[in-house]
Amino acid sequence: MRVVQKLLLGLAAPVLALLIAGALASILLAATGADVGAFWETLLKWPEPRNRVNIINSAAILYLSGVAAAVGFRMNLFNIGVEGQYRIGAFVAAVVAGQAFLPGALNTVFAILMAMVAGALWAGIAAVLRVTRGVSEVIATIMLNSIAGLLVGYLIKKVGVRTGNSISTKEIPESSWVSGIPAVPDAGGAEIYGLALLAVVVGIAYYVVITYTRFGFDVRATGASESAAVASGVNVKKMIIISMLISGAIAGLIGMPVLFGQAHNYGSSFQVGIGFSGIAVALLGRNNPAGIAAGALIFAFLSEQGNRLNILVGISPEIVSVTQGIIVLAVVIAYTLVRRYRRRLEQAAVASQLAPPTAGTDGKDGGPGQDPGDGPGNGPDAGPGDGPDLAKSPREEPVK
Amino acid sequence: MSTVLKKQDVPGGDVAVRVEGIGKRFPGVIANHDVTFDIRSGTIHAIVGENGAGKSTLMKILYGVQPPDSGTIELNGVPTKLKSPSDAIAAGVGMVFQHFQLADNLTVLENVVLGDERRHGIGNKARARIRELSAAYGFGLDPDELVQSLGVGKRQRVEILKVLYRGARIIILDEPTAVLVPQEVDALFANLRGLRDEGHTIVFISHKLDEVRSIADEITVIRRGTTVATVDPATVTSRQLAELMVGSELPSPSTEESTVTDRVTLSLENVSVADVSGREVLSGIDLTVHAGEVLGIAGVEGNGQTELVEAIIGMLKLSSGTITLYTTAPQDKSGNGAGGSADGPAREGARLAHDMTNLSTRRRRELGIGVIPEDRHRHGVLLDSPLWENRILGFQTRRPCGSGGWISRGGASRDSVRIIEEYDVRTPGIATTARALSGGNQQKFIVGREMSGDPSLLIAAHPTRGVDVGAQAAIWDHIRRARREGLAVVLISADLDELIGLSDTIKVLLRGRLVGTFDPQQVTSEQLGTAMTGAGGAE
Repeated sequence: MRVVQKLLLGLAAPVLALLIAGALASILLAATGADVGAFWETLLKWPEPRNRVNIINSAAILYLSGVAAAVGFRMNLFNIGVEGQYRIGAFVAAVVAGQAFLPGALNTVFAILMAMVAGALWAGIAAVLRVTRGVSEVIATIMLNSIAGLLVGYLIKKVGVRTGNSISTKEIPESSWVSGIPAVPDAGGAEIYGLALLAVVVGIAYYVVITYTRFGFDVRATGASESAAVASGVNVKKMIIISMLISGAIAGLIGMPVLFGQAHNYGSSFQVGIGFSGIAVALLGRNNPAGIAAGALIFAFLSEQGNRLNILVGISPEIVSVTQGIIVLAVVIAYTLVRRYRRRLEQAAVASQLAPPTAGTDGKDGGPGQDPGDGPGNGPDAGPGDGPDLAKSPREEPVK
Repeated sequence: MSTVLKKQDVPGGDVAVRVEGIGKRFPGVIANHDVTFDIRSGTIHAIVGENGAGKSTLMKILYGVQPPDSGTIELNGVPTKLKSPSDAIAAGVGMVFQHFQLADNLTVLENVVLGDERRHGIGNKARARIRELSAAYGFGLDPDELVQSLGVGKRQRVEILKVLYRGARIIILDEPTAVLVPQEVDALFANLRGLRDEGHTIVFISHKLDEVRSIADEITVIRRGTTVATVDPATVTSRQLAELMVGSELPSPSTEESTVTDRVTLSLENVSVADVSGREVLSGIDLTVHAGEVLGIAGVEGNGQTELVEAIIGMLKLSSGTITLYTTAPQDKSGNGAGGSADGPAREGARLAHDMTNLSTRRRRELGIGVIPEDRHRHGVLLDSPLWENRILGFQTRRPCGSGGWISRGGASRDSVRIIEEYDVRTPGIATTARALSGGNQQKFIVGREMSGDPSLLIAAHPTRGVDVGAQAAIWDHIRRARREGLAVVLISADLDELIGLSDTIKVLLRGRLVGTFDPQQVTSEQLGTAMTGAGGAE
């Protein structure tokens, strides 16, 4: 019974959020005079095999981005710089792999590691500023995003190869490409990126570390209450540095599936904005490994389906971005509502379970507190006649 | 308890504020009960009491921040229900908070009119009014000066000006001198007297007795949530006030046999700590605690107690001195078996001496220090985490909660069940969040957790603050039992009864220094009160 209730409550928030977002998007569409029915029909139609591959691919990338953001969020560290770390990481990997210092797969592995190092170091700048100078990581990472974009643009011009109108890094040798996985039949040659598996590995590692390791506990404790974590012996400064480095390293992985599976170089056409979508996905999934996966799939699904809107029903696909934004806002609201409701339920449970046996020696009342932020009352009755009771000295109590 | 000392005639006339039978309870805590007193119009009325005695709750009720559960408030003879601070402002009540609520980057004028733009606008009319008020009371404030360029004393005057600008006739000041240097205090007092002479009623909250006696026309003492007396400062001594504040009926000291051993467990040598501005908050602390001894630290709050705890557990860096913990030979309690690190332990007989001065909080806790923190919500629990996760807090590296970088959910859960049973924590289960429990049950869980893992030293800061009577007795029992079993305990409390009842030795902390050592069997409340308030030879 309790398990079922817990599960239902867990699902309530995201479902509520999606419904709210759907309703708001419909109102928006109706207000602009679009065909709401056709919109939903197109959007929710079961995708073609080729589209399914695209959805899985972009979900994997979004997942990496979501986990990168979530690592920081778990300890109230707002790494808004996933975008910049992703670009730096992808660029460094492209350059390293293009130089092909090592043969074949070794080159790939080395380049991926370099992407992680580059992403981590870029995030590390913000961490060091925060720890040594108290600079908000939000500000620092936003600035670093901007710097990353300009820096990469500049460096591409320096080291890049010009082909026609576009400029990009040197192409990665074919021996170092990672071939796709033809998992979806009839997809017309579309394949899932081989490195989409990185998302699975990162997801499992994230789950294990957060749930079962001391480091993960320290991260969660710091996020829940920094002061309590410090008192319990957590070195918060060290934790900030480590989490930012991990967050940046994962961000460095975001570009890998596309780089080794499709683009084979880093150029001006390399996708941007994934780092920001990752923040939304992490929010949507409440930093939970499975939740982020669901969030990534929903976002990927909406984006992919949205592409057809313009062609089929003449609705601008931007409405999908708007819907995604509404979903994130709705999620924040829905989770707050559900959390309050859950807290009230729990306090009622505590009160009802404790009320009968505690009414005894100490005059406890066990009634629920009025303030939802506090626990149920368990104190002595507050009658004016309680003065002598309150003034009781330690010595007057019987030693058990 | 009734008025102990007879009131004398004081200036002023009618009753400006009449508080009768005010009660306020929070889950598990009674903040106020049966609070009754009168404040006469045109007087400075001080309200004194220890931190935690219920002063701030009472002030929040008077300023409409919280509604009382029972009792009535009359303002100028009219029964008034204050539902919000705006009601209070409309009724002519203003409050100056201890922590200034000013925007540094705005001018005096902008700060004053902020939120009350309708009264005189935001332009020259408001400027003229501010000049007028500032001149009338000698505040010396320029409306166009930036607040960030003002000193603390002037900022406080801006706060008072804000209240006056809104037409307050009754002004509540919460610990106004806490942030001031002596010269600024004198200036503030001159301002307050000026305000009183213009017919304002001042409510002055403090625990600095000498100051209160010099400024107030009447003093009301609050203890354990209720008013115990209203006295005349002209006839009361600081000692008498201290006694009223901390309680005069002292219980008979311990009849239990002393369990103090000659084995030193904790020793602090010449420990000093400076705050960020370089001011010493602890100076030259020397103390030792033996196995089986409860060392009580008495003192008016804010005299270095918090810093002392944080210095011992490694949350504050020492500016000088050493802290040593002695444990019984084979015990190095680090779960990961790290054993002897670079800085110890050195053998000393059957005891191991650990120089903790430069160790991290985690290493210190691993050596066997349990902490019952002063503020359990900030330092003791993760409110929104289940109890079994709270069991891990502070024990991340130690069995049964964790080992070698991993957390043991099973071990923590099983041990949480044990704590819940042994310490009578009333909860439906270990999956309940800490927030859902009452203060007393949270505290019992913390006590149980901190007694786990066979600690050598327990630091208990206000262990029974904000808990109900039943939990209080249980926590006292646990501390006594631990002491019998050879634990060394540092007990910090604002409750002299608790200190005298539990301690083997009492030391008094005043302005960051240990100023006296007392035997709880012999000490009188007068002696302690005198030492605590530094009233010393003055009387």
